[in-house]
Amino acid sequence: MNGFQKQEIEFTINGKRWSGRIHPMKRLLDAIREDVGLKGTKEGCGEGECGACTVLLDGKPVMSCIVPVCQVHGHEIITIEGLEEAGKLHPLQESFLRDGGAQCGICTPGMILSATAYYNDPRIAKDLTETISGNLCRCTGYTKIFSACQHAMEKRECCCGEKK
Amino acid sequence: MRNYLQDYCVVSCPSLQEALMALQGTPAPIPMAGGTDLMVYLNYRRLPAGSYLDLFNIPELKQGIQIQDNKVVFSALTTYMDVRMHPYFQNNMKLLLHAAKVVGAIGIQTRGTWAGNIINASPAADGVPALMVYDAKITLASAYNERQVLLSDFYHGYKKMDRSPQEIITKITIPIPQTKDHEYYRKVGERKAQAISKVILAGRLSLDGQKKIQSIRIVYGSVMPYTYRSNKTEELLLGNELNHKLIQEAVSLIGKELQPIDDIRSTALYRRKVAQNLLEEFLCSAL
Repeated sequence: MNGFQKQEIEFTINGKRWSGRIHPMKRLLDAIREDVGLKGTKEGCGEGECGACTVLLDGKPVMSCIVPVCQVHGHEIITIEGLEEAGKLHPLQESFLRDGGAQCGICTPGMILSATAYYNDPRIAKDLTETISGNLCRCTGYTKIFSACQHAMEKRECCCGEKK
Repeated sequence: MRNYLQDYCVVSCPSLQEALMALQGTPAPIPMAGGTDLMVYLNYRRLPAGSYLDLFNIPELKQGIQIQDNKVVFSALTTYMDVRMHPYFQNNMKLLLHAAKVVGAIGIQTRGTWAGNIINASPAADGVPALMVYDAKITLASAYNERQVLLSDFYHGYKKMDRSPQEIITKITIPIPQTKDHEYYRKVGERKAQAISKVILAGRLSLDGQKKIQSIRIVYGSVMPYTYRSNKTEELLLGNELNHKLIQEAVSLIGKELQPIDDIRSTALYRRKVAQNLLEEFLCSAL
């Protein structure tokens, strides 16, 4: 048993392999920010209530402040930095920009990642409202966030011919 | 590194057998599944220092959901999202789907497990009443033994349950109802998402041609110090004709049978009244 020491942890983050020695109980949120060095993932409440720290774990949204890093060993993580492809923003990022979906910006990465999970697989929730119901925003009042998500979904249906 | 991490040790095991052996240690490590309850305490320095057994990557506990002839089996790491995504629950045993949808929010449902909900033993557990109403049994395994316990016999006080520190849940077995039952599930909380329940009622009943109650289950969450099956009120109703007079008797009896908790989320007075109202709503909806 070597639990009081750091362990070798390995995972894929935004398509790249990462490995390093981390304490197994460290929050995934802290591992992403401090060990991997990606600061796009934000801390809000720190108790799994507000959704600001949402990342995708094996494609599904999770609150990274309540995930111990040992559990992502061998798994795949996507953070806000991993959504763009070859310098082109993800359609959800585009519509957040266009519709003014961000104000202070703390909830934005989590909002976009929750919405991305739905964008990729609408079976995860009844609708968009439910999708982001675990993401709290203290600035905008949700209308712009919601319309940004909706516009991205509409665009997706146009180009992919898919409907929920 | 955050200093408090030094207080914790994590045991990770590649197989169930090794995990069960690790639980024979003194003191036994505390099992952790999705971490949605334990990790909240970590950040607030309220998680007891010591050794934790990480179950999340043990393949034997990740066997998903099996639908068999007369039963449904959840492997121990089955999450709420697994139930939401499974086609079977769209039209069958819908209280499980209903309960899965009202737990926390999507980001919790992808991580939280039904077995963790049982062992965390919060009176406000949302998943447990739905399992109990379907007569779910849990399989508890230790390195040297395996046994099944009816979930409604599992609790006997606040966070008190029929589990030794050397045991973990390996699966949950739920018999598929053989009758077409009337079902009910309602969670009362502050808001739709991310709410911790004030009162939950899960119910199931079947009537014969004369409207006599052939079977009934009434299970409350967040009212008593543990998920509570109301045996006395079930007994009053069983075998009798469902009518307004009987419903009023049941509503009055449940008011006496329950000794509601008083806590930060609600008062005993409110809980008793709402518990009565929900029972009335459930029974009237079957008339």
